[in-house]
Amino acid sequence: MTSGPLQRILFAVYIAVFFLYLLGPLMVMGVSAFNTPQYPQVWPIEGLTLDWFSQLFADQDMMYGLRTSLWIGVLVVAISVPIGLAGAIVMTQIQPRVRSAYYLVVVSPVLTPGIIIGISTVVFWREFTTMTGTRFLYDGIILTVIGQSSFISAYCMLIILARLQRFDQAQQEAALDLGASYPQVFRHILLPFLQPALFSAAVLAFLSSFENYNTTTFAILSEKTLTTVLAGRVRQGSTPAISALAVIIVAVTIVGAIAYELWKRRADAAAERRLRAAQAAEESELSGTAAPMAA
Amino acid sequence: MGATGGLTLVFGLPLAVALFFFGLAAYERRMGLATGPGFFQRNGLAVGLYLVLAVGFWVFFVIVLPQFSMVDMSFRPKLPPAQMGGPKDVFTLENYRYFLFGSTTSTSSWNWTHLKAFVLTIGVSIAITLFNFALCYPIAFHMAQSAGAARLRILLLLLIIPYWVNEILRAFAFRVLLSSGGIINKLLLGAGVIGEPIDFLGADVGLYMGLSYAYLLMMVFPLYSAIESLDKNQIEAARDLGAPWWHIHLFVVMPHAKPGIASGCTLVFMLCAGALAAPLVLAGPRTLWFTPIVYDRFYQAFNWPQGAAYAFILLVTCVVFVLLVLKMFRLSLGEITR
Repeated sequence: MTSGPLQRILFAVYIAVFFLYLLGPLMVMGVSAFNTPQYPQVWPIEGLTLDWFSQLFADQDMMYGLRTSLWIGVLVVAISVPIGLAGAIVMTQIQPRVRSAYYLVVVSPVLTPGIIIGISTVVFWREFTTMTGTRFLYDGIILTVIGQSSFISAYCMLIILARLQRFDQAQQEAALDLGASYPQVFRHILLPFLQPALFSAAVLAFLSSFENYNTTTFAILSEKTLTTVLAGRVRQGSTPAISALAVIIVAVTIVGAIAYELWKRRADAAAERRLRAAQAAEESELSGTAAPMAA
Repeated sequence: MGATGGLTLVFGLPLAVALFFFGLAAYERRMGLATGPGFFQRNGLAVGLYLVLAVGFWVFFVIVLPQFSMVDMSFRPKLPPAQMGGPKDVFTLENYRYFLFGSTTSTSSWNWTHLKAFVLTIGVSIAITLFNFALCYPIAFHMAQSAGAARLRILLLLLIIPYWVNEILRAFAFRVLLSSGGIINKLLLGAGVIGEPIDFLGADVGLYMGLSYAYLLMMVFPLYSAIESLDKNQIEAARDLGAPWWHIHLFVVMPHAKPGIASGCTLVFMLCAGALAAPLVLAGPRTLWFTPIVYDRFYQAFNWPQGAAYAFILLVTCVVFVLLVLKMFRLSLGEITR
């Protein structure tokens, strides 16, 4: 829609404003992580320092919370990806007349506010562990993993389902005709086909778990994760050490995004090469068989 | 809930549903509606068991039963543990009465603090949803329809970076920006626009901006992927037929992007209404927001049944909102959760 010069200028202004709004606050916070004043300050720059970073790493609670967060992230991946996979496969096999009801139930956690998932998890497991005499299961880390898994499994299911719907049934039929059993088809045909989706689901599950606050703050009980420690620190008052943490997270994200981009390009190039090699082989085969027939 | 009654439900419900599916499968087989191998034949015993157990655990122990026990608790009085399941543990509406009237028994005066916070939360969440839609639509359209591949990559990267900075830090950035010694106040003071710093945080400007900011990208990505699937030729055709630009958006692009618009709007609304981090970090002393009130029911007042009732009210509101949006756009749930 950008035809006239005026429209083009207006659109450029809009893009600039949009990204200023999106990135400006992060940049301001980033600068304050290197400035010396006690209160996060951008201007004037009174002196450059890395003290806030060392203060951050010296913060015992923060480091403890980070370890717990990483643990919870790993456990959530280990639970959510298999559940999401099972949920997606069941979606394709369940009787059509109950499919929409099933879909409604398993997608509902995505549309439920996080605090409600946290609350209901705590309420249920408190009663359940009391009734069954398994009070040791009433633990902040276990409850957080369960609570987060409810919606993260749904994310995983949606990602896996999107790829599963492109699965060519002919592949499965070919394998069955060649004498493979159904479990062998699952292991050797379906899982390799779904592998990229499983990988994306795992990455998304870990990141969603790591940055989650709403569900975690209810389900964590007396334990601490990075986000709950952070919330406590921010409530007590602003310090540039918090800005320093944000700088680290942004840096890790950028490195991760670039690494993922490179990995994807390599994978795409490899797939391209394989395709071309297969085509070349097919052509030579065809000309090879065609030649004797002509002779 | 009573111990035996509760346990019957916890194990009975999954069993009943399993029996239902078994019956349904048998029925369909008898009527000739289902052909091909049965579930366990098709997947093998090991994989079949994994599917049933994983989905069963997820659906019952992680999704349905927790929601059920939260709703159940919201209709119970607050009792010391010893009296739970005793004669005093009966169904009651007192927690909902408290939300409306500020007292568990009398109905003489309204509970204005909580009611106001609730109405304000819903109203502001709707306003932020509309604002974010207006702000994100042009860039989503540009990315999906007119940006080149290299440019698109850069735009996506720029969008993804703030996406993974967690909510608390995003809110904190706004506090750094807007506090009375913050950069905005300094700029305004330096330019001579204002004589003394403006209290953005006390006036809730910070909270509303922070909320809009935090969920901006939840709007961009659904819009982008919905508009991307629109065939460029349709826009060309409309333009060739002489449609003005706003006609093209209103009658060509938006109807096509309906599922994306609905999914972005429900997500932003739900996240705003349920936001806890931004109100915690950015709220002024007189700020009213519903979620911190819910939190305080649990961990300040230690009145869990009341907190459960408040949470249920929030949940019902969100469900009603989602249903209204679906109705308005004439969509099914499956279309917006893609």
